[in-house]
Amino acid sequence: MELVNRMKLEFLSLPSNVAFARVAAGAFASQLDFTLNDLEEIKVAVSEAVTNAIIHGYGSRPDKTVTLTAEIRKDTLVLVVEDLGKGIEDVEKALQPASSTDPERMGLGFSFMQSFSDSLVVDSRPGAGTRVTMTRTCSREANPPAGL
Amino acid sequence: MLFTSGKGDVYLIMDLHAEVKGATLLARVAGEIDLAVADTLRSALDRELDGNAGIRHIVINLYGVNYIDSSGLGVLLGRYKRISRNGGSVFIVGAQPQVRRIIEMSGLLRIMQECSSEADALNRAG
Repeated sequence: MELVNRMKLEFLSLPSNVAFARVAAGAFASQLDFTLNDLEEIKVAVSEAVTNAIIHGYGSRPDKTVTLTAEIRKDTLVLVVEDLGKGIEDVEKALQPASSTDPERMGLGFSFMQSFSDSLVVDSRPGAGTRVTMTRTCSREANPPAGL
Repeated sequence: MLFTSGKGDVYLIMDLHAEVKGATLLARVAGEIDLAVADTLRSALDRELDGNAGIRHIVINLYGVNYIDSSGLGVLLGRYKRISRNGGSVFIVGAQPQVRRIIEMSGLLRIMQECSSEADALNRAG
């Protein structure tokens, strides 16, 4: 698909960067004609992916790097969240709802990512990190700039 | 009570006002409830519960919350588990549509009671 725009952010694995990542992704996504509700969902999906990278990928270590790449390909938003952390042993199991063993967590991160994306791909190798790719197509054509 | 997060430059991201009314903890929460504030919110609520053994129920007013994700939901779930061990209930009030949708998708509304107002929730809590 034709690449329209692309951005890449690298940030430390700090909890305060979860909000930064979702706001940046939401602002980038707004270049397509998503509804406000769509944008809220995209922000939740990004938050969950970044939260997973920080908590599970890096075990909450704050000095590691998380990468968020966002692309607009024609009418589709492609979001990639990557960490170089410990990886996921069993991706299929991790994708199941309520897979968390922590009583203070619901294990719904991947469920929200799935619900709020058209497609979700999780590439992970133990010891090498995790790459989460989500796509979401905008059902409405973007409005052309005024005067064109 | 206002809570901030981050070192050096601080980010104002959450506000919690808690008061005890009889056997009920009324917690008015505002801001964005994600990983950055989940621990702070959890600790603040637990401090209230630890400090008053007579608390049986919690009313959580989410009117001022404009964002929540699974980290925030985990805080709600953890407090529910704690309160329900002693036969208490958690009441949810005032969730904005986008926040309510996330809570509903999580299934928490099946175990917590959603009320139309703070007064209604406090009345139900007794």
